[in-house]
Amino acid sequence: MSFYILKRLLVAIPVLLFLIVFTFVLMYAAPGSPFASERGIPPAVLANLQAQYGLDQPFHIQIWRYLVALVTEFDFGPSFIYRDQDVNSLIAQGFPVTLTYGFWSFVVAVLVGGALGILAAVRHNTWLDYLAVGVSIGAQVLPNFVLAPILVLTFTLWLGWLPGGGWQGGQWQFVVLPVIALSTSYMASIARIARASMLEVLTSNYIRTARAKGLPARRVILRHALKPALLPVISYLGPAFVGMITGSVVIDIYFSTGGIGQFFVASALNRDYGVMMGITILLGALTILFNLLVDVLYAWIDPKIRY
Amino acid sequence: MSLLEITDLTVSFDTPDGTVKAVNGMTLSLEAGESLAIVGESGSGKTQLAFATLGLLAKNGRAAGSIRFDGQEILNLPEAQLNAIRADQIAMIFQDPMTSLNPYLRVGEQMAEVLMLHKGASRRDAMTESAQMLDAVRIPDARARLRMYPHEFSGGMRQRIMIAMALLCRPRLLIADEPTTALDVTVQNQIMDLMGDIQRDFGTALILITHDLAIVAGSCQRTLVMYGGRVMEMGATDDLFEAPSHPYTRGLLNAVPRLDVPQEMLQTIPGDPPDLTALPAGCPFSPRCPIRHGPCADIMPSLDGFAARRLRACHADREAVT
Repeated sequence: MSFYILKRLLVAIPVLLFLIVFTFVLMYAAPGSPFASERGIPPAVLANLQAQYGLDQPFHIQIWRYLVALVTEFDFGPSFIYRDQDVNSLIAQGFPVTLTYGFWSFVVAVLVGGALGILAAVRHNTWLDYLAVGVSIGAQVLPNFVLAPILVLTFTLWLGWLPGGGWQGGQWQFVVLPVIALSTSYMASIARIARASMLEVLTSNYIRTARAKGLPARRVILRHALKPALLPVISYLGPAFVGMITGSVVIDIYFSTGGIGQFFVASALNRDYGVMMGITILLGALTILFNLLVDVLYAWIDPKIRY
Repeated sequence: MSLLEITDLTVSFDTPDGTVKAVNGMTLSLEAGESLAIVGESGSGKTQLAFATLGLLAKNGRAAGSIRFDGQEILNLPEAQLNAIRADQIAMIFQDPMTSLNPYLRVGEQMAEVLMLHKGASRRDAMTESAQMLDAVRIPDARARLRMYPHEFSGGMRQRIMIAMALLCRPRLLIADEPTTALDVTVQNQIMDLMGDIQRDFGTALILITHDLAIVAGSCQRTLVMYGGRVMEMGATDDLFEAPSHPYTRGLLNAVPRLDVPQEMLQTIPGDPPDLTALPAGCPFSPRCPIRHGPCADIMPSLDGFAARRLRACHADREAVT
């Protein structure tokens, strides 16, 4: 097992390298510049700026310098838009924020979604099932840019219970609304997957065997059906967790939380090469890591899988 | 008093295509320690008969009539009371050993939980007894095998484990639903021998559900032939094979390939299995019957005795069945 994990981590290196080079090429090929503005910059100033950031160098020198700085000093380079800030410090400021509300969103989505899905399957074709399916379809079709204003309207403007934005070092009042807004659609997906897979497991032959042994329904579900029913959920959770802890543009902008989610769109629009690369590498590395974690979890649950 | 007494049992399923009538007025009785084979082709209702007995019908299934076990009515009992009977009094072995054991739990866990549940045994004692039972079904190195998962066993081994698991509480009735269908022929024989030995040693009554006449011949005292959810005929296995009294039984026996007679083609019974959503008013076999006549399609023949412990449901004379 540990050999397998080591192997997977080693394979991750060329994958990440490919990701970096590919993203770099795409950025290089895209028109536009971080210094383009409506007013227009005098050519001399522009040349100065380009030289300062190394953009006057040929492509292979640029990427080589970037890789060397990244590997030797773990330096993601400067931001091209936020003057005097480098990418490391931007991520260091923003990532704890998205990690906080992303993690709690994950917890809420898994607990509520999982319970909803399993209950719906166990009470298949009863009002509880219809309610659970209705709730999860509703939650899924409600985009978070619609949900977020509804939440603020309700809990901030009408009820006055919770602040409508800000972060304040992650005090719980500031975390609640972003968590609800972010977790809702993930929760719905988890509920649908859990319900479908539980329904399938419940019709399997070994569940019939368990019932024929005289086990009470609760024990049949918890001991015999839960593990296999959760396998498809777990494979969804790896990428979903990464998606949640890297935040969301809508959440960061709407609730002014200051997470890194806002950079996904902003850095691409502004041609902020440094931030764009940093975010992409972070997302890529996390995706690789959590897919590996999912595979390890799979092997732990399913005895047929041995590495 | 018989151990199992089934009277006028019907099992039907509500489906989008109409009501499927799987079992239509079955009556049978079984003495303690006796072995009975239930023979019929796919869709004859034999498996649903077994499921109804243990309350394992699918959710859209409905059963009516009466099933008395040891004098107690057990048809449509509440789940909690059924659970007390399942595995403890009546155990069941299923058709497909490859999928009937939980692939995510160790074999020992799956066996021990039966004893812990029904006999209140401690985990340690339950494991010890499980190992002894694996020993009894001739699985070598039983103690170590308890820690293995189902996928680490062959199909024949898994069916042995199912048998061992079914016998843990020394049930008074064992229902085996096509226990050898999914297995190789050589393994089939081993499993049938094992079932025979077990039945004798443990004094368990056995209902063997199968479509394989070769298996029946050597293993069961009595045989019941089912078609369209009804009893076609019943009798001591030897008598029934010697002198079948129903054209369907005749057809089944003719369909068994023989080595002593040169044959170009395999014999079959012409026609299709019955459509269970639209059974004829009379004998379900009548559309395929070579000797059908006047009343067959409209009036269901009654199940009448005609010799010692032999019953048949057919309008035709016995002499006409050859």
